[in-house]
Amino acid sequence: MNRVELQNMAQAETERQNAFRCRLLCCASTPCLSSGSTAVSEAMKQALTDGNLDAEVEVVATGCMGPCSRGPLVTVKMPGQEDVVYEKVTPEVAKEIVAKHVTQSKPVSENVLPADMPFFVKQKKVVLANSGQIDPERLEDYVARGGYAALAHALREMTPEEVCATLTKSGLRGRGGAGYPTGIKWDLVRKSEGDKKYVVANGDEGDPGAYMDRTMMESDPHRLLEGMAIAGYAVGADQGYLYVRGEYPIAAQRLQRAIRAAERRGLLGSRVLESNFNFRIDVRIGAGAFVCGEETALMASIMGRRGQPVPRPPYPSERGLWGKPTLINNVETYGSIAPIILNGPEWFSGIGTEKSKGTKIFALAGNIDTTGLIEVPMGITLREIVYDIANGIPDGYAFKAAQTGGPSGGCIPSQFLDTPVDYESLGALGSIMGSGGLVVMDERSCMADVAKYFIEFCMDESCGKCVPCRVGTVQMHRLLERITDGSATFEDLETLEELCVLVRDTSLCGLGQNAPNPVISTLRYFREEYEAHIKERRCPAGACEMNRIPVQELNTNSRVYSQNGAQAEPAQA
Amino acid sequence: MPVVTLTVNDELVSGQSGQSLLSLLKELGIEMPTLCHLEGLSDRGGCRLCMVELQGSKRLFAACVTPVQEGMVVYTHTERLNNYRRMILELLFAERNHVCAVCVQNGHCELQTQAAKNGMDSVRYDYLVPDLPMDASHERYVLDHNRCILCTRCVRVCDEIEGAHVWDLMGRGVNSRVIAGLNQPWGDSDSCTKCGKCVQVCPTGALTLRGSTVAEMEKQHDFLKWILTGREKKQWDYS
Repeated sequence: MNRVELQNMAQAETERQNAFRCRLLCCASTPCLSSGSTAVSEAMKQALTDGNLDAEVEVVATGCMGPCSRGPLVTVKMPGQEDVVYEKVTPEVAKEIVAKHVTQSKPVSENVLPADMPFFVKQKKVVLANSGQIDPERLEDYVARGGYAALAHALREMTPEEVCATLTKSGLRGRGGAGYPTGIKWDLVRKSEGDKKYVVANGDEGDPGAYMDRTMMESDPHRLLEGMAIAGYAVGADQGYLYVRGEYPIAAQRLQRAIRAAERRGLLGSRVLESNFNFRIDVRIGAGAFVCGEETALMASIMGRRGQPVPRPPYPSERGLWGKPTLINNVETYGSIAPIILNGPEWFSGIGTEKSKGTKIFALAGNIDTTGLIEVPMGITLREIVYDIANGIPDGYAFKAAQTGGPSGGCIPSQFLDTPVDYESLGALGSIMGSGGLVVMDERSCMADVAKYFIEFCMDESCGKCVPCRVGTVQMHRLLERITDGSATFEDLETLEELCVLVRDTSLCGLGQNAPNPVISTLRYFREEYEAHIKERRCPAGACEMNRIPVQELNTNSRVYSQNGAQAEPAQA
Repeated sequence: MPVVTLTVNDELVSGQSGQSLLSLLKELGIEMPTLCHLEGLSDRGGCRLCMVELQGSKRLFAACVTPVQEGMVVYTHTERLNNYRRMILELLFAERNHVCAVCVQNGHCELQTQAAKNGMDSVRYDYLVPDLPMDASHERYVLDHNRCILCTRCVRVCDEIEGAHVWDLMGRGVNSRVIAGLNQPWGDSDSCTKCGKCVQVCPTGALTLRGSTVAEMEKQHDFLKWILTGREKKQWDYS
């Protein structure tokens, strides 16, 4: 396929879509599938067949539309009219939509989400522009919305240097969490000498409650493939690997189908778009280790070895997969590439703050009204995200803290609600941007308990290679368990703080180095809560069951514990 | 090889580019605590005892996997580092059942020696007392998981020097364990050549000769140097 054929394909698909009187988009990404969207789309198809509307109305299985807690979601598209989004669609409502909205143009009012909802209005969709709009399993649908035009443009009009320079100028930074400037990274790999180079997409998203990458891979797989192909052209690689977490079977399946479809049309494989550029992409599926999201462990896993990190330097840009220069980016970073190439770096750097450009996807979770997936411009305040987009905290409870960055991140208390969300501001507060998980907690959450949860996660996911992370996290978890069950002393708190510093400073990889962050940040902002657990043996949030008591034996300093639940008398002098 | 100059503990020294910081420090006679490192085997940077401070970086660097660089300013024994080393040793002692008094390696154990040298006199953390088995299925050697510190010297020597790759790791985090073959009894392993290299490089009493009793086990790793010199320079010294 060449450029002209690509344009023809886009035109033919647009005409095909416009020929329908109405298109019913039904979300088929994991959250909606689990709340029953398959039955919904079946019901709609059945209703259309019954009403003899098959030829004029199309049911499309799309990717994620955003407000996942309100699923299954259905969008009704009619030419010349604004899209109408329905929430919590059951098969009955689906039949009603066909009967009333499709045939009589009267929306079924109870389930319609208002178009001016802050959830939609405050977002800016760049990476997720196609998510929820196209059928991820149809290449034509992506091409009709300008897909693969950026790759065609880069291959024909730009040199690899220019692609890297464009990205540097755009100010795009890595979306995996660390925020390294993407253009500079690409340029490093481009300049590295090697007869063979690799491009790797990191889709091993493992933070609890975060699903940005999964949604991207499920909803718009071709966008990711296009970004990787542009990267391959820019750095001089002819092989790409897409590392997908083992727990994401739908994403892996859709990506594999997308790769096959693109290869069949000559958009990947040998002589991409009839140029001299060859680029193959293979999917590698992880086996359920969080640490494989760390780039050196990820590469070990791709090579078929045990997923353990190795010390850097050498960095992957010099010596990566099989000793060759390797470019590793998060899937969201690759998702930002095509729009930057098409719209220019100035357009992209016009969005966001001075040092953090563009948009960021967040997965909203926790004690908020609307959970789901959002894409917002950098620099938006936490208050806007929590109170406007997520529609605040239900049942009148007060905001307590927002946890960003998953187990490597920290908690941001209410006094910083007006902080702009960008790499620097979050870092200054002792948290990180991370890959984009955002968990909101209200006053019923105990911060020591939250810290314990995250340390337990890191303890389970530690690979065991270095001592501080392997054993340090276990000891930290024990100490936090004591604090939350009422049997801790102030000495334990001191030991905990020492361990935090040790694990942070001496661990081998990012997992260990950042594992104490949830403890450090909660201690920084909610120290009095920890102290209440110890001094008063009381959980201020009422979340912990304080059923054990420390027994301090005089002179010996050794502790004896009562059995679970049984109240032992503290030893008296 | 080009020479690089750097500062170690406020003294100007020179080293060869490409060499590891740890090997330079050894040449200089600076004693660095190590457990997973062993001359002749690849380095992995796992025990974190040889961490050093580099001026201009907030991070610490494991000397065994850090190449020397021109203009480096290195500190090897600051208060902070010594403190971290003691804590790491405490964590190791608390992790498994290191009961020196009844250990066959007592008195010749590298973990014990490091603890003594670094002034680790007590363990402030909870002993995890895991319930771990022993593997005495091999006709000549015994594996005691209770004493293992997961340094993987046995894994590396078997793979890199003997070429048998009997050993590997299974599980992760604190549940990691050294396994023979496909997690089978050591004695049933078809690939084991019974050479005993793993036993000799093991720093603790995890791998021992069958039949040795308390404090009897002493290990030698001179053979590593002998084999490597022989292989690289074709000089086999049988004297």
